[in-house]
Amino acid sequence: MRTSVQELIAKSKDKKSKKIIEKLIPILLFLIASVSVLTTIGIVLTLIIETVTFFTRVPLSDFILGTTWLPFANSGAQFGIWPLIVGTLKITGIAIIVAVPIGISAAIYLSEYASDNVRRIVKPVLEVLAGVPTIVYGFFALTFVTPVLQSFFPEIKIFNAISPGIVVGIMIIPMIASLSEDAMSSVPKSIRDGALAMGSTKFEVAWKITVPAALSGIIASVVLGLSRAIGETMIVSLAAGSTPKFDGDFTGSIQTMTAYIVQVSKGDAGYGTTIYYSIYAVGFTLFLFTMAMNILAGYMSKRFREEY
Amino acid sequence: MNTATIKTKINTAQPTSVEQAEKESVYSTRQLNLWYGNNHALKNIDLEIGENEVTAIIGPSGCGKSTYLKTLNRMVELVPSVKTSGEIQYRGRNIFESSYGVEELRTRVGMVFQKPNPFPKSIYDNIAYGPRIHGIKNKKILDEIVEKSLRGAAIWDEVKDRLNENAYGISGGQQQRICIARTLAIEPDVILMDEPTSALDPISTLKIEELVQELKEQYSIIIVTHNMQQAARISDKTAFFLNGEVIEYDRTDAIFSNPADKRTEDYISGRFG
Repeated sequence: MRTSVQELIAKSKDKKSKKIIEKLIPILLFLIASVSVLTTIGIVLTLIIETVTFFTRVPLSDFILGTTWLPFANSGAQFGIWPLIVGTLKITGIAIIVAVPIGISAAIYLSEYASDNVRRIVKPVLEVLAGVPTIVYGFFALTFVTPVLQSFFPEIKIFNAISPGIVVGIMIIPMIASLSEDAMSSVPKSIRDGALAMGSTKFEVAWKITVPAALSGIIASVVLGLSRAIGETMIVSLAAGSTPKFDGDFTGSIQTMTAYIVQVSKGDAGYGTTIYYSIYAVGFTLFLFTMAMNILAGYMSKRFREEY
Repeated sequence: MNTATIKTKINTAQPTSVEQAEKESVYSTRQLNLWYGNNHALKNIDLEIGENEVTAIIGPSGCGKSTYLKTLNRMVELVPSVKTSGEIQYRGRNIFESSYGVEELRTRVGMVFQKPNPFPKSIYDNIAYGPRIHGIKNKKILDEIVEKSLRGAAIWDEVKDRLNENAYGISGGQQQRICIARTLAIEPDVILMDEPTSALDPISTLKIEELVQELKEQYSIIIVTHNMQQAARISDKTAFFLNGEVIEYDRTDAIFSNPADKRTEDYISGRFG
């Protein structure tokens, strides 16, 4: 006679090896997960230790209050961070001005107007665009956008803030469009139907119902785009120049925090010098900025959440 | 626009068909056919729907009753691949005319859905949404409309102290009355209700049924329901749909006491469906 299925199950349950594997798996997974967490902690610790070393050589007040960044001067080097922050803010500001309206408009089109076929093609294309290496965007800024801008505004120099700013904006459009579209598509159809049934036009539904309902997701996508713009390195290294400036000029060469780190890492300064340590201090400042962005994103998405 | 003048019933008498002579018809459906792709969902529908009456549409699942309701405000066209033929006259004008804007139609014909679907906004903003998109900006007028609509939907006392709270924070039955109030806010002519109580508990259901009785003084109501007792309790006329056809359409008491068609009798006595 055949043994019943229940008996077979009971038999296989009794196997020792299975029990051991069940016990080992969580431990193994925990160890693997720890590696990534520990690495992150390690990076942050290194950053902090080297930054502290930097501040034993340069007073903290000079760093956070100074408005001159002159690390390579033979005598009287100055490490006032503001010119680099201003450089980063110029790029980020232009990028956001370019990316937010275009990204959100694209998201509205995709989620509210586009047919399924269009969406099926455009969404993956957007995601591919988000994967284009930033060095390519950098070349695009330097060899295409800058000359085009120069033909309209001759006062723009070969290295400037506008061209890389625009291109960083173009780089984050797919991210903002794609994430905002996700947020808008997840607004239930029944809510849209409710609005349509009151005689709303399609645009009224999109603008007064869907966008507000998806606002927390849209804001999160913008802040995420913002932190990518702040951290963007290749485009600004190639096209923005390397002149730290504390002013409001967008047409000439500037330097961002990231571009400074690249410049020093390329070998302009030896290990153990103040300049070497300065990149950690700048890196730490950058870290604070992106962390602030993430906290802001969390707060904003909670603040603007419309429950449904 | 003043709130008092928004509600202007159109009283231009349209020559109505003989059998419906006692009341003017709001909707006359003539030879309506509808297809979802190749699926023939509505077949040669002829219906006259009377003013200030409650018309119930009953029938088993998939019989086309919801489809018919959604055709009346052309929400059915949101489904891709829908084709229609025939005509539906609303107040004497064919709603399928190319010059007839759906927004215009839906401003006159409100709809309450099966599942409460308030907007993810405050209760106040939910009610004020309709008036706002149709151009009413004055805060004082909006306040009046909100109060009047919430009173009209018999929910004012329950929510008057929490108008600024999110509409998703109240119970399902209250949400459904918010949705009715939202519809009343633009003072439509007709209210379509698509199984408005099927997601609600019996007490909330009773409240909505009572409300329907009050609302018919001012509005023409067409209600799709699965619940035959409900149809019997609240409606003046009942249409029985089966497989996309109207099998029988008559006064509700006649349908339930003395159905003319065997299939109607089988359905209302619970033999199928």
